Amino acid sequence: MRNVWTVATNTFREAVRDRVLYNLVFFALLMIGAAILVGQISIGIEQSVIISLGLTAISVIGIFIAVFIGVGLVSKEMDKRTLYALLAKPVERWQFLVGKFAGLAMTLTVNTAAMTVGLYLALLTVKHPLAGSDWQLLLAVYLILLKLALIVALAMLFSCFTSPFLAILFTVGIYVAGLFAGELRTMQAVNLTPGTMSAFRAISYVLPNFENFNVMGMVAHSRPVPLAVVWQGTAYAVLYGVLVLAAAALVFSRRNLK
Amino acid sequence: MPSPAIEIENLSKEYPYGFLNLKKRRSLENLTMQVDSGEIFGFLGPNGAGKSTTIKLLMRLIFPTSGTARILGKSIEDVSMHQSLGYLPEQPYFYDYLTAAELLDYFARFHNLTAVDRHERIEKLLKKVGLETARKIQLRKYSKGMLQRVGLAQAILHDPQVVVLDEPMSGLDPLGRREVRDIILELKKQGRTVLFSTHILSDAEMLCDRVGVIVGGKLRGTGTPGEMVGMQSHGMEILFELTDPGQTFPLLGKATKTGERYRVQTPESELYPCLEELRDANARILSVVQIKPTLEEFFMNLVESDRAQAAAVEVSGR
Repeated sequence: MRNVWTVATNTFREAVRDRVLYNLVFFALLMIGAAILVGQISIGIEQSVIISLGLTAISVIGIFIAVFIGVGLVSKEMDKRTLYALLAKPVERWQFLVGKFAGLAMTLTVNTAAMTVGLYLALLTVKHPLAGSDWQLLLAVYLILLKLALIVALAMLFSCFTSPFLAILFTVGIYVAGLFAGELRTMQAVNLTPGTMSAFRAISYVLPNFENFNVMGMVAHSRPVPLAVVWQGTAYAVLYGVLVLAAAALVFSRRNLK
Repeated sequence: MPSPAIEIENLSKEYPYGFLNLKKRRSLENLTMQVDSGEIFGFLGPNGAGKSTTIKLLMRLIFPTSGTARILGKSIEDVSMHQSLGYLPEQPYFYDYLTAAELLDYFARFHNLTAVDRHERIEKLLKKVGLETARKIQLRKYSKGMLQRVGLAQAILHDPQVVVLDEPMSGLDPLGRREVRDIILELKKQGRTVLFSTHILSDAEMLCDRVGVIVGGKLRGTGTPGEMVGMQSHGMEILFELTDPGQTFPLLGKATKTGERYRVQTPESELYPCLEELRDANARILSVVQIKPTLEEFFMNLVESDRAQAAAVEVSGR
């Protein structure tokens, strides 16, 4: 575990020094702008608009970081050959991979936590004091984080066997398809044969169902988020994430470096 | 008999290429050799000969198509073996957002060193490789030679029993090369085993207990630098002076005059008749030496014969 931790903390340090967290400035500006404007253009739904906008921004910024940095976690090390000296140390390849994953997950957690603080501050400008139910925002953020971790795992898997460009395409493709996994599962179409329907259903179970992590609507409209959604989402992310990382480790463990 | 530190048996590496990767290019062919404990072994070969491929196979950066290798008796698949192994990659590149001290600290953590130990060793090594004043500068501002020095420091940071250096002199100025040579010799004094690849033959001749020459993915021979060049004698050279400057005899016609001295080269089989002719002419024989090629000449001959062979195969293939 120590090796994983060492790689993870170095990955976090890399993200900080490469100014990944600068995106927070953009988020802060967005939240300030939203807080100023929302009072003028919406009557009675300020809270809902701020929450929707804030959670969407947290999600989109996080997805950008998860995809682009996630793909680069392994491929950049291979391209620049920084991996050579490291793998000559007593480090298993899977430890390197899990360490890189954990490092980016740490970065995303810190980034998301800072954005969440910004979102609460923006919320305070339109609603003072906050209601007891506003803590549910944290549940939504937590589920977004799980989603981001899963995207990082997918990005790493693809970057282990293909070029960074294709890895980005595959990750984004799977993410978009995963948003519709639920629809694919329950789809009723008159023109499709039972065989095709079964195939769609099978694909829908293989695809990561990213809708499992979306409680934005409930939180924005102050509806209670069932705890079952939270723990099921957690179990799903852990199980799916472990499988994807295991696959990535398997591919990477036999990969010849340049 | 010294125990082997590195044992390589029938190691081969093929790379797929072409459409659908159906064709194979062999970059290493049945390499079998060993490096004994405590020796400095030079791995010589031109670019693309298979030196770095061999080293990368030993470091498990790439995987063999066939064959095995052991370091200090452990399979190269065994990661724990890397506790006793140091490695400097060719043209090393490290995390450029770190300083030299941070990078060394990062790598030292994988070797279970305590914080105090890490600090002490890092200070000592930065001094040894001449980077103590640049220790707080990010590596992105380092020159190639400075990166090479950091690379060397990380390779020996944990006091490894076996040190593998891929082109350690590359990118260094004459002073840097001398410092690296000194470090290699110091490692030998401490009983460490050093395997290094190079195409700078004078370095190999100066440092190595034994060398291995690899050309076209095939090992062409191993031995001491003396043995390697001694295998091919280029004949004998006789240095003599005349007691009577006016005299003439047949051998004199073949000799080259430098000042008062004459130098003549002859095949080993004709040495004694030549000496007799000189004795009959009452010449004073100053020295008789065997003409040996330098390691460089030996090396060039191998490379050229390999190229000629490859060209012949290509022509017959057409």
